[in-house]
Amino acid sequence: MSRSFAVPIDTNTKTLFGFWVYLMTDCVLFASLFATYAVLHNNTFGGPAGKELFSLPFVLVETLILLASSFICGLAVLAAHRQDRKMVLVWFALTFALGVAFLGMELSEFHKLAAEGNSWHRSGFLSAFFTLVGTHGLHIATGLLWMGIMMVQTMRRGLTAPVVRRLTLLSMFWHFLDIIWIFIFTIVYLMGAIPV
Amino acid sequence: MRQYVIGFLLSIYLTVTAYLMVTHHLFGGWALVAAIVSLALIQLVVQLVFFLHLGRESKPRWNLLIFLFMLMVVIIVVFGTLWIMANLSYHHHHSMSPGDTTNFIIKDEGYKK
Repeated sequence: MSRSFAVPIDTNTKTLFGFWVYLMTDCVLFASLFATYAVLHNNTFGGPAGKELFSLPFVLVETLILLASSFICGLAVLAAHRQDRKMVLVWFALTFALGVAFLGMELSEFHKLAAEGNSWHRSGFLSAFFTLVGTHGLHIATGLLWMGIMMVQTMRRGLTAPVVRRLTLLSMFWHFLDIIWIFIFTIVYLMGAIPV
Repeated sequence: MRQYVIGFLLSIYLTVTAYLMVTHHLFGGWALVAAIVSLALIQLVVQLVFFLHLGRESKPRWNLLIFLFMLMVVIIVVFGTLWIMANLSYHHHHSMSPGDTTNFIIKDEGYKK
């Protein structure tokens, strides 16, 4: 495959690596939240368990939305590397829209739970659920904020070397969040539905 | 570009498969858990390779190395947590009386009675 780059990739190696190390520490953070969830997931304190609370079709839609946004983000970075400013903005706008859709769905799920009395106060299980899934949601929100800023930077400064580097970092962050979600989807929602 | 399309399609397939396995209850219990966890791990590798290009870098493969180190830390933290909490839970539910506990410690520590 032949591609041409506006700047040699090697210029960014250290920064990209440093960010990668940060993402690895974020994995350890999520691992500890997963471990906590594993310990507490049966502590429902007489309240509802996952099975009663989660809607699998709803979560499937959420999952596919986030997956699509991760894919589109990849296309955005490809556009950035070939200096295609217009497509960078188009793809990132689409990524952003899908991200907002995901977050909106998640917030509606949280709101419904809380309104029915099933907030994080209710039980150890719900504490762990809201902490794990909420932390992921906070990461998504931060990513969306960063994405907005980067779209403005792209519009105002064009695809300069630093802008392309930041877009690459952002895409790494966004792919990472989708990977974490694979495990939330599997361990929290799918396993919650299995009678074990 | 092809990388991303392949990764995307594989991920959709793996996600929907896991979902359908659970909703249609094709088989049950721990076998089902093992199946969906395996699908998740495969999707992890798919996304790491096709979206994050892990392992594709030229040597030295620092990204891959740091990733493996993180995996080691995660395994220790998660497995260690589950072991310790299970042990705590067991001991809280199967406590001996204070007298028995004292005698156990004396014997276990090797104190002369």
